[in-house]
Amino acid sequence: MKVLLLSALALAASVTFKPKSFDYPADPPGLPDSAELVTQNCTGCHSSEFLAAQPKLSRATWAAEVAKMRKVYHAPIDPADDAKLVEALVALRGE
Amino acid sequence: MLSRRQTLAGLGALAAAPAWAREARLGFANGDRPYTSAFAEKGEMILQRTRAPLLETPFEVFDEGVFTPNDRFYARWHYQDIPLSVDPRAHRLKVTGAVNRPLSLSLAELLKLPRVELAAVNQCSGNSRGHVGPRVAGAQWGHGAMGNALWTGVPLKAVLERAGIKAGAVAVRFGGLDEPPPDAPRFLKSLAVDHALDGEVMIAFAMNGASLPLLNGYPLRLVVPGWFSTYWVKALSTIEVLDAADDNFWMKTAYRIPATADGGVAPGTSQFESVPINTMPPRSFVTNLRDGAVVPPGPRALRGIAFGGASAVAKVEISRDGGASWLPAALGPDQGRYGFRRWEATSDFAPGTATLAVRCAAADGRVQPMRGVWNPGGYLYNAVEQLKVRVA
Repeated sequence: MKVLLLSALALAASVTFKPKSFDYPADPPGLPDSAELVTQNCTGCHSSEFLAAQPKLSRATWAAEVAKMRKVYHAPIDPADDAKLVEALVALRGE
Repeated sequence: MLSRRQTLAGLGALAAAPAWAREARLGFANGDRPYTSAFAEKGEMILQRTRAPLLETPFEVFDEGVFTPNDRFYARWHYQDIPLSVDPRAHRLKVTGAVNRPLSLSLAELLKLPRVELAAVNQCSGNSRGHVGPRVAGAQWGHGAMGNALWTGVPLKAVLERAGIKAGAVAVRFGGLDEPPPDAPRFLKSLAVDHALDGEVMIAFAMNGASLPLLNGYPLRLVVPGWFSTYWVKALSTIEVLDAADDNFWMKTAYRIPATADGGVAPGTSQFESVPINTMPPRSFVTNLRDGAVVPPGPRALRGIAFGGASAVAKVEISRDGGASWLPAALGPDQGRYGFRRWEATSDFAPGTATLAVRCAAADGRVQPMRGVWNPGGYLYNAVEQLKVRVA
């Protein structure tokens, strides 16, 4: 027990707590021009690799993703753009 | 002594890509990813997403030892507004809610409390999601959204006892320095009071003997041994003791699994009774041979890692015939029941093809299934890994 306690104290002495900071690396190259609506509506909150890395998803799944982004995360997506946005997502990573 | 080229050839899939186009091949459709070394305190990582960061540990790191180096440890954030700078002297951990004495602890005050230290695997709920079939949306991880570290910190129990939990409290909720977009729900997770007081749940200030990288939750993160990483709140800044069940989005709606024995449902099922994701099932991997490798005939030393999840590794077995027959592997030193454990075996390969498989059974009776479970979140994947090897 004594040994454990000592080693814990020794560790605490060796762990240093300095101010740390983080700079985001640059975003990846943009999506193709045909996906402009995706760039506008999605990449404000997350970079585009995430979209490009998805498996081929059904139209219904992409529509549900758009609905979730609006309902849960309050993404400012104009409802008038929904149909075109889903089309663009299907064109990018659709079944 | 093997040359680097020979070593890479032994790893199979890595060998084909020229240096200028080297990509991580995660082994599923649309599963090639670039490497990056552009993130602070991180060495070479697999880039899943720049913002909010999703960085995967390259699989070969797991062959190097049972502890995953801090600079190769995977990182995953939900919201892009992560703490971009942390001043440890200014950081406070607030304890509020159903307590007798609300606290606002500095790091110096926290360091005066009793210490605990243990090895534990931190694994994303969606680790290996890219291997789930049929595929589901979400982070398309290979197997590298996991890591094992020696965590040092203060038992959560010691902090909660100092604050004094009021009678009738049912849950303890944790939050960090990351911020949601306007009107989105803050990332908060909670544990039942009894779990929070079990003495193992830890407020960690060090991993592998050093302060946490900022991307892994500097200066403090919750460590919940045996449980998926969603509960291991990073840059921990608030602890609220609740006198009613937590109905925030991240407990009530997100990170839910089917309330079935193995957490799986028939593919495509969307309606089912659900519970918050919780303990990890066992997993095991071969780390010195890749799927698709070509090996010479004869005996060959195999090695890898295993972990039991919520309990210790009880047994690791190897199959050369795709799971028809199994032989025990030798286990390396026990570094703690929640950590990775090395296994080793020698296999005699006859010319032709072989399907190598590795399976872990945990002390609590859970055993890896041959087929991964399916649920719409792509959680809990722990199928027996199978590697096709050509012997020539």
